[in-house]
Amino acid sequence: MTRYIRYAAVFCTLLLAALLVNAARVQVVQSRVYDDNPANRRPVIARYGQPRGDILVAGRPVTGSKDTREQLRYERTYADGPLYAPVTGFASQVYGTTLLEHTEDAVLAGTDPLLSPLALLKDLTRQRAPGGDVVTTLNRAAQRAAYEGLAGRKGAVAAIEPATGRILALVSAPSYDPSLLSGNGADVERAWARLNADPDKPMLNRAVRQTYPPGSTFKVVTAAAALDAGVVTDVDAPTDSPDPYTLPGTRTRLTNEGDGCEDAPLRDAFEWSCNTVFARLGVRVGAEAMVAAARNFGFNDPGLRVPFAVTRSTFDTTLDKAQLALSSIGQYNTRATPLQMAMVAAAVADGGQVRAPYLVERTVRAGGTTVSAAGLRPVRQAMRPGTALRLRELMSDVVREGTGTNAAIPGAIVGGKTGTAQHGLGNSGTPYAWFISWAQGPRQAQPSVAVAVVVEDAAADRGEISGGGDAAPIARAVMRAVLGS
Amino acid sequence: MTKVGTGTAVAAADAPARAVRRPRRRGIELALIVLAVLLSVYGYCAVGLARTGSLPPGAVGYGAGLGVLALLAHLAVRLRAPYADPLLLPIGVLLNGLGLVLIYRLDLETPHDRAAPTQLVWSALGVALFTVVVAALRDHRVLQRYSYVCVAAALALLTLPILFPAVNGARIWIRIAGFSIQPGEFAKVLLAVFFAAYLAANRNALAYAGRRVWGMQLPTGRVLGPILTVWLLSVGVLVLERDLGTSLLFFGLFVVLLYVATGRTGWIAVGLLLAALGAVAVGRLEPHVHARVEDWLHPFASIEAGQGPNQLAQSLFAFAAGGMLGTGLGLGHSVLIGFAAKSDFILATAGEELGLAGLSALFLLYALLVERGYRAGLSLREPFGRLLAVGLASILALQVFVIAGGVTGLIPLTGMALPFLAQGGSSVVTNWAIVALLIRVSHCARRQYDGQVAP
Repeated sequence: MTRYIRYAAVFCTLLLAALLVNAARVQVVQSRVYDDNPANRRPVIARYGQPRGDILVAGRPVTGSKDTREQLRYERTYADGPLYAPVTGFASQVYGTTLLEHTEDAVLAGTDPLLSPLALLKDLTRQRAPGGDVVTTLNRAAQRAAYEGLAGRKGAVAAIEPATGRILALVSAPSYDPSLLSGNGADVERAWARLNADPDKPMLNRAVRQTYPPGSTFKVVTAAAALDAGVVTDVDAPTDSPDPYTLPGTRTRLTNEGDGCEDAPLRDAFEWSCNTVFARLGVRVGAEAMVAAARNFGFNDPGLRVPFAVTRSTFDTTLDKAQLALSSIGQYNTRATPLQMAMVAAAVADGGQVRAPYLVERTVRAGGTTVSAAGLRPVRQAMRPGTALRLRELMSDVVREGTGTNAAIPGAIVGGKTGTAQHGLGNSGTPYAWFISWAQGPRQAQPSVAVAVVVEDAAADRGEISGGGDAAPIARAVMRAVLGS
Repeated sequence: MTKVGTGTAVAAADAPARAVRRPRRRGIELALIVLAVLLSVYGYCAVGLARTGSLPPGAVGYGAGLGVLALLAHLAVRLRAPYADPLLLPIGVLLNGLGLVLIYRLDLETPHDRAAPTQLVWSALGVALFTVVVAALRDHRVLQRYSYVCVAAALALLTLPILFPAVNGARIWIRIAGFSIQPGEFAKVLLAVFFAAYLAANRNALAYAGRRVWGMQLPTGRVLGPILTVWLLSVGVLVLERDLGTSLLFFGLFVVLLYVATGRTGWIAVGLLLAALGAVAVGRLEPHVHARVEDWLHPFASIEAGQGPNQLAQSLFAFAAGGMLGTGLGLGHSVLIGFAAKSDFILATAGEELGLAGLSALFLLYALLVERGYRAGLSLREPFGRLLAVGLASILALQVFVIAGGVTGLIPLTGMALPFLAQGGSSVVTNWAIVALLIRVSHCARRQYDGQVAP
């Protein structure tokens, strides 16, 4: 019997071996197959198992985390949600993340390998690094001034620091409270459906994700191209421009809102925003040089990230002369995001240089040490420094005595350009009011803020919409906020 | 009996020399018990520290309770079975303690459904039964006399739940005064006693071989009779109670014991053939069993069908999440398994939170327990004791294999309690009874080599 007991023992040993081998298969060899199965809730539970890092504006967090004690434990909260929504985006347990919450997710969620220097130890203890913080370049006062200036009217504001490309304000209205989308309950689903069905599109980030015809504000680009190409050498010399101007190859006659544009020199034409002069200037510069100039300012660049992607601003590259004429005054297929137009103003303010704008100053660990900082940003020369200097003069004239007097700030040098862009079929839509500007404080060596404002107010009467009337006061409030801080 | 008698005569003749006196090793047992209790208390504290950052409030009471129970059991062994194997009791204490820790840990996820206090009561009852058996059963051979009482009681216990309503598709529970009892658990031990007694008495007759077919000796008709009876019993359990696990266990136990008693491989072949026939037939006809096989073949089918992961898939996720070293006690998410996470799927919690390292350690503990049982069987000289020891050890081995293999996707899943670890009062009491019987048997096995002689 002894022998058979031994055989039975061998059988039991085989059962044990099978269990051990199979356990090793499930737990180690093939564990990735199970870990990566989308039905496995563990990664999601781990993601929301610790408070998310915060997004900081001027040293103070504008986000937070709430302990719900549910399976997905921590939920995102926002202080002043609608104000910062175009920057933060949302971090939803159901609908994912957008904008900074999306691009900086690895740092905020604590998965960025740079957050925990001892990677090996982390693998052993399986501890997730606490979420890092994202320090933004925003100016708290400027952001609030822009938001309150729009006062819920449809539109957007973008402000940047010309010398660096730091984004100081990024506002889109109407906005929404991203904390409505943070959790995973039925109320989140309802909020999502409601926000998406809203005809005002509150979740659309108009400052970077919506392009508008830039209208007369684009004349800054056209003037720069004309000066750089030598088409205009003296801003005070008459430009030999008819009024009205018949678009080349057509019988369409282009007119102006005011009088005195016939043969007007560049200075006057800029000050009073003469369509005829700039349309003809564009044609004289030629399509190739106009496209190159627009590209130098940042148009037609599909890869701009701040760090979230910015919709491409366009200047059509296949134009006949009539189309070129219209494109040169910011109509036809010319479209720009408010951020792009702020870059145009910044280029004038900073000696013709365009710097890639950015929102994230640096990311820091929970303890405060820096993980990564915004390094030197690429710089592109959009126009000659001399051209920039002349344009500064022209833009200052606009604010001092032209269409942009509403933007004047006592004691500061302010330059601006208004725009009222027609759009819609047969220009039937309510025009968009534009204003782009920059400002230099009394004790500053160079302008410290460049702004672009667009207001698309469907409620206003058609005649009342204008860059100088609707948009310039908002730009002034933002510039004041920056100069005052 | 005659063999033992001979041994007695020899030992008596050599008595003056006293050179063969064996160490009783009760001190080792005590030290190991202390270690087992400390390990359990450590696990209990680790759960609290991981979950709340502080020691759980009842740590001292829990440790003291477990320690007192273990010490009572140890005293019983020290006084009434001093030659017993010193590993059996500590392994039982450790497994039971770890089981309580795992159930307590899962209780934290289900605050409205606490199972650990009840399990602690059942564990105390189990240890009490252990103490009674060790103290009262002076000689395991007494049981041989009651073999037919045992089988009658076992059949009665097995048929009892048929009168009660099915719970989750299986008719294996009876509910009395709020307590769920699984009579099939107790029947295991009774059947092991009966099988051991029956085979010990009839093994010579059963060893007669019938005709040779294809180089295999087929059993004769009078041998086939009992095999077929047990097979029918197993299938009956399966069909009437829809309990694949118990049915497999009974049949496997019988085949192992039959083989050990007679040494006929032909019996194994017949047994496997019958088992296969039964399994295929039932698998085809019985939807409950059929679904289990489908789940085993395609654990992710429900995910692909958009219905979310089923329990087996969740169990596999839990094991995989454990990896080599585990997440640490209290830090896993095996509660996602949902229903039966504390009973049938308790091993998934161990796998996730203790990792492959901890799981292997658990398997090796079971292996050690089984090995000590087999060793006791090998040391004994009389057939009933040998078969009883092998049978009880095999119950543990088969049970661990069936449920652990089931939850790790090695074999189709059948509901069964993992010995000592899983939530379930009947199971824990039965397992303590098994360990008590093994202690008795091992006491006899080691004492016979000592200078002292059984009265």
